[in-house]
Amino acid sequence: MSFPWAKHYEPKQPLMRWMDEKLPLPRLVYNAIGAGYPVPRNLNYFWNFGVLAGLALVVQIVTGVVLAMHYAANAGVAFGSVESIMRDVNAGWFLRYAHANGASMFLAVVYIHIGRGLYYGSYKAPREMVWLLGVVIFLLMMATAFMGYVLPWGQMSFWGAQVITGFFSAIPLVGETIRVWLLGGFAPDNAALNRFFSLHYLLPFVIAGVIILHIWALHIPGSNNPTGVDVKGEQDTVPFHPYYTAKDGVGVGAFFLVFAFFVFFSPNLLGHPDNYIEANPLSTPAHIVPEWYFLPFYAILKSFTADFILPAKLWGVLAMFGSILLLFFLPWLDSSPVRSANYRPTYRWFLAVLLIDVLVLGYVGGAEATARNVMMGQIAAGYYFAHFLIILPLVSAAERPRPLPNSITEAVLAKHGGTSPAQTAMAS
Amino acid sequence: MVRLISLLVGAGFVFVLALALFFTAKDAIQNPAPHTAEHAFHQHPENIHLSSAGFFGKFDREQVQRGFQVYKEVCAACHSLKYVAFRDLQKIGYSEAEVKAIANQWVIEQPSVNPETGEVATRKNLPSDHFPSPFANEVAARAANNNALPPDLSLMTKAREDGSNYVHALLMGYRDQPAELLREFPDAKTPDGLHYNPYFANLNIAMPPPITSDGQVTYTDGTKATKDQMARDVAAFLTWTAEPNLEARHAAGVAAIIFLLIFVYLTWGAYQNVWRNVKH
Amino acid sequence: MAMAEQEIPLGEDPAPYHEEAHDPRRRDFINIAAVSFAGVGAVAIVLPLINQMNPSADVLALSTTEIDISKIAPGQAIKASFRKQPLFVRNLTPKEIAEADAVPLGDLRDPQTLEERTKAGKKNWLITLGVCTHLGCVPLGAGEGENKGPFGGYFCPCHGSAYDTAARIRQGPAPKNLTVPDYTFNSDTVVTVG
Repeated sequence: MSFPWAKHYEPKQPLMRWMDEKLPLPRLVYNAIGAGYPVPRNLNYFWNFGVLAGLALVVQIVTGVVLAMHYAANAGVAFGSVESIMRDVNAGWFLRYAHANGASMFLAVVYIHIGRGLYYGSYKAPREMVWLLGVVIFLLMMATAFMGYVLPWGQMSFWGAQVITGFFSAIPLVGETIRVWLLGGFAPDNAALNRFFSLHYLLPFVIAGVIILHIWALHIPGSNNPTGVDVKGEQDTVPFHPYYTAKDGVGVGAFFLVFAFFVFFSPNLLGHPDNYIEANPLSTPAHIVPEWYFLPFYAILKSFTADFILPAKLWGVLAMFGSILLLFFLPWLDSSPVRSANYRPTYRWFLAVLLIDVLVLGYVGGAEATARNVMMGQIAAGYYFAHFLIILPLVSAAERPRPLPNSITEAVLAKHGGTSPAQTAMAS
Repeated sequence: MVRLISLLVGAGFVFVLALALFFTAKDAIQNPAPHTAEHAFHQHPENIHLSSAGFFGKFDREQVQRGFQVYKEVCAACHSLKYVAFRDLQKIGYSEAEVKAIANQWVIEQPSVNPETGEVATRKNLPSDHFPSPFANEVAARAANNNALPPDLSLMTKAREDGSNYVHALLMGYRDQPAELLREFPDAKTPDGLHYNPYFANLNIAMPPPITSDGQVTYTDGTKATKDQMARDVAAFLTWTAEPNLEARHAAGVAAIIFLLIFVYLTWGAYQNVWRNVKH
Repeated sequence: MAMAEQEIPLGEDPAPYHEEAHDPRRRDFINIAAVSFAGVGAVAIVLPLINQMNPSADVLALSTTEIDISKIAPGQAIKASFRKQPLFVRNLTPKEIAEADAVPLGDLRDPQTLEERTKAGKKNWLITLGVCTHLGCVPLGAGEGENKGPFGGYFCPCHGSAYDTAARIRQGPAPKNLTVPDYTFNSDTVVTVG
């Protein structure tokens, strides 16, 4: 697809030749994730996470379709139907725990995938469209995960729905109307539960569609690599199959090991005890928290406590959505011609701070709102915005990058003890 | 242009956050967070080391059966167990006939209609029935319990932090309010009709002490029914009601992990084999 | 491995995997093993996905039903429910029993005597599923005043299958007699089905 030396699909058996004439699906697969896709030879294990994210989506769709055969989206019986899955349906406990923890695995894998993109500059030209589609996938995943968490109709489900739809009431004038429209009522109930179920079933297939576009857009320039240097020739690449299929096999095994640990040995570790209490519209839990993967964004929401022109609540909602939407502008905020942070001595420090910053936000999002925690969250949220909107544009203009290797192959040979000008750059 | 707008937007957010930080700090200095009795006197449950805990945990069927007896004779008067069916008791070692007898002799009957007249009636429980609720509805439950609602116990050990240990600690945790609590927080006196219990989230629980004396239950297996033993046993029982498939889960987990370790070993080998002549 | 290295001519780089000749019995054993193991894992995962569609524990728990037959007079029948399917319990009159016994077995599509379809000493109690063996409609004849068909038993209105007083198929498209479920008499007045 992308490079002139890419291997061509040549069906040998008559049946495959016949198929190739009528519907070249095997050809498509061959060129997408087969021997017909040349990939840089120096990808590290962080490049496993794209495939793992796709795998996690498949796990979610398969377990989800099966769970939907037993789940009842009615406020009166939803909680009981989940319990009947856990107790009476054959292997139901396994399917439900796999789906619940699968969501966490999916988000965790995607966060690492995003982090890899940030560090190695995979969002930069010529891969801007890959990044934009990725952010769309992330937004769709967040919506899907939120609506899925409502379905068991426990206390956290109910109050999560209440709080998150409450964001919309911060919009001036029409906010309350929008909230009531979203819920189909004045508080979460049957109408909300049913539409959330319907959309929770639909959106994963939309995600699958956008993933196809994401991969399509990736295959036009080809994959980035840890040096960020463009592919110069055939010696820089290996065919995806068997090289990266073999390497992804290892990743898949490791992924399932972690997944199995959660499903079989601590299936409720990432959940919240309150969600084993049936939804009660008359009693709010002492401490409402979202699932772990939303905690940093929840912390940003909570950090805006002061009115300034706009009410604090609206600032919080704007900032929370803004914290994700700003990712759409990332390819144009970073003007550095160097992709990989390996060669960006200043920027990589700020990225390290960002990682710690997001972890702090995650902690604050789940912690009690004491003055100390709120202040910590405010500082961390400030850094988050400053990092992307102020530091990144300034640093990328001012920074002097380290010398890049001339090619991927040169960098690889330098790592293996060959002599090349890039060796000193790599070692320092 | 994009960068100019981004600098302005970024500065805007940072400014509003700095403002919020300033007011938070000011407020924290002017009105320090009140020290509360819940904060100072709440206790975390001690570990009772149930046999079901841990990666390879299994239920102690005799203990779970004893816990069921405690539930039946002590808790069931007020607390429902609506997600558990009588038939489920077979999984903790009761025979089919025993389950039938337990269901048939259960004091609270199953709501039903009179087949002749259609009037509201009750009938004897069947093994396929779920445990009947002691109260017809929430209003009746509150009316009978000083306006407090006895929660359903089916999922109690999963619905509380550290649930199995919590059930035991709560049952054993009733005591007089400590003098230093009243000295430090004169307004935190336990209201009439509530009971002081440091393991309960707000320290004052509506449930009167359910386990009051040794020998309150007579165990058929000869175990001495001390208060602590009864609390442990009912915690074990409620651990089972919350997660009846725990043993199957642990067994499947061990098989899955062993399988996956071999799988990772093989894929690692295949990876090394495929890449052996390519530097990367 | 040592053998493989010797095959590479001196002074040349070893060929990368995708360009070298493969001996499937030696080197690639590990690849084949890994792929096979993945296949085994996939099958192991599919099993619970299939098994979840089987009746769940609460459905199976309803698979026995107790029926009080004390109020059914001779000549009458009731419709009960067994595994969410209709169940006909009929108290046959001596005349109906005689009619059933009078039919030569050779005339029957699905030869069975009334004795074989009832319990010993309880020949008047005919207990069958109310599910036509043709395509599953509920035959008429159990309710008061319903059409019992030309043979005085049951008559299926969907495609005209007629059953006799022993609920055996006599006319129409149904291939089999109405099914007799497993049941036992707990006492003279109570039957447990299933």
